[in-house]
Amino acid sequence: MRGDIRVAFRGSLGDFRLDAEFKAPASGVTAIFGPSGCGKTTVLRCIAGLLRFSDGLCDVDGDVWQGSGGVFLPTYKRPLGYVFQEASLFLHLSVRQNLLFGAPRRRAAGHKQAIAFDEVTELLGVAPLLDRSPRNLSGGERQRVAIGRALMSQPKLLLMDEPLSALDRNIKNEILPFLERLRDRVALPILYVTHDIGEVDRLADHIVLMRKGRVVAEGPLAMIESDPSLPMGRTRDAAVGLVGRVESYDREYGLLAVAVRGGRFLVPAPEDPVGARRHIRVVAADISLTRERPGASSILNVLPARILSHGIVEANEIVVSIGLGRDGDGDRLLARLTRKSWQGLGLADGLFVYAQVKAVALVPGRGEPPPSSP
Amino acid sequence: MDALSHIWQPVLLTVELAAVTTACLLVVATPLAWWLARSKSWWKEGVAAVVSLPLVLPPTVLGFYLLIVLGPAGPGGAVASLWGARTLAFTFTGLVIGSMVASTPFVVQPIRNSFAAMGDRPLEVAATLRASPTRAFWAVALPLASPGLLTGAVLGFAHTIGEFGVVLMIGGSIPGRTRVMSTAIFDFVETMQWREANILAGGMVVFAFTVILSMTLIEKRFTRARA
Repeated sequence: MRGDIRVAFRGSLGDFRLDAEFKAPASGVTAIFGPSGCGKTTVLRCIAGLLRFSDGLCDVDGDVWQGSGGVFLPTYKRPLGYVFQEASLFLHLSVRQNLLFGAPRRRAAGHKQAIAFDEVTELLGVAPLLDRSPRNLSGGERQRVAIGRALMSQPKLLLMDEPLSALDRNIKNEILPFLERLRDRVALPILYVTHDIGEVDRLADHIVLMRKGRVVAEGPLAMIESDPSLPMGRTRDAAVGLVGRVESYDREYGLLAVAVRGGRFLVPAPEDPVGARRHIRVVAADISLTRERPGASSILNVLPARILSHGIVEANEIVVSIGLGRDGDGDRLLARLTRKSWQGLGLADGLFVYAQVKAVALVPGRGEPPPSSP
Repeated sequence: MDALSHIWQPVLLTVELAAVTTACLLVVATPLAWWLARSKSWWKEGVAAVVSLPLVLPPTVLGFYLLIVLGPAGPGGAVASLWGARTLAFTFTGLVIGSMVASTPFVVQPIRNSFAAMGDRPLEVAATLRASPTRAFWAVALPLASPGLLTGAVLGFAHTIGEFGVVLMIGGSIPGRTRVMSTAIFDFVETMQWREANILAGGMVVFAFTVILSMTLIEKRFTRARA
């Protein structure tokens, strides 16, 4: 899988007008993110062929599912998996029969299954449920079976439509580790529709931002998150996720040193092996900027950086994009300041500053392959 | 012995008629109900109204038109001529056709309701799992609609057994050929054979009671299973 997934759909659905076009890598998790009613689910249904706009294009890694000249593959001929918001299991079948419903039936020679039954049941922890009826499963169990059922159909693309939004907080947290394992273990591109930035942070590599039926931005997650001109960076809880490697561990104080491009963070955390990949997250409101290296301070993380660009959020606040390192060519972060500070310090694009980071969080489940049992 | 065959002949014929009619109706009504539940065409409610006509029309009206259609001058006569007969009226085949028309609404309605109640989702799920529309129908829609199919079959069977007017008009109550229980009772009463009339009438009351009771119980079980 090295190609792209290219989609473009234009049309109206009652009062709603969709004009969405984007390109996503045919690997990893791409989040389609936006407020409810922005058309994310509609786009996903179009990709699946459950909804048909005559003006549409859908090209998955070179296979045209919908295109010019009226090409339109019916849903059942598209090698996809679809996980709906509600598990929608077949109530007249057992869990095992549900899982096998879409599995290719001829397992003849030369037809090797990429995703094996045992692997799926182990990955999703549904092995003990196989002979039960979906009626007697909890919400979280049902959704895990639904994901397994989609995987067993041997898809080339997995579409997930807010698979966690119908579940309460606890069950969400119970399923997220399964999704993370899925992402890390199965080489399958996933388009993941959500309006929950927490899920984006934990799962996605790439993001497509939607508003009112249109795509406002798309790109690698870190790039979109740290762009002060985009709506994601302008929200009050804006934050940027970075991928780094463990450099060392200070046992005395329980601090993990995580190196990112252009800088190094000290994070209070349990010990991790040196060299392990770790995902950290910095909230824009937790960063303040100074022009001179601050003296004695309780703040552990003070990193040299350069101001790349800025955007005015409200009359009194500014969001600043900074690049770590003396030249600002390292990883990017967002800082949220008052306009008074910006002007009082005489800050400007291109200026060298010190970023004081009050809090850094480790994002759970990112980085190293997680343990094999839940 | 003779007196017994008097009574048993109509009973067996009635059961045979109801069984054949119900089987044929399920084959015809299921696709019709599927179309009525899922089609978006503007004239489907017109078709639904035609299907429901037997609910309100007097059996004599139905019987009258069926006589014309099945008789020697109608399409029924043309079909009958294929095997050298003159007419479908006053034959068992004619009775089956008449009973089917009269019972269609009782079979179509519950099946249509259960197809409509399941919504689009199970079929969408089936499509995303590579199931062709045919497989989705057989493997998903039909099993999910089974309570409706069962209700429709029971209602169709019971209503066919209870039908009198249409059967009398197009069957004529010929012993051994078209005399079913309801018409037999009529004949027994006309000829003052009270004992025979009593046995058949009482049997039908018991049958009707059993059908209604078991329908209610089945319904209850399915509702509980779904909850």
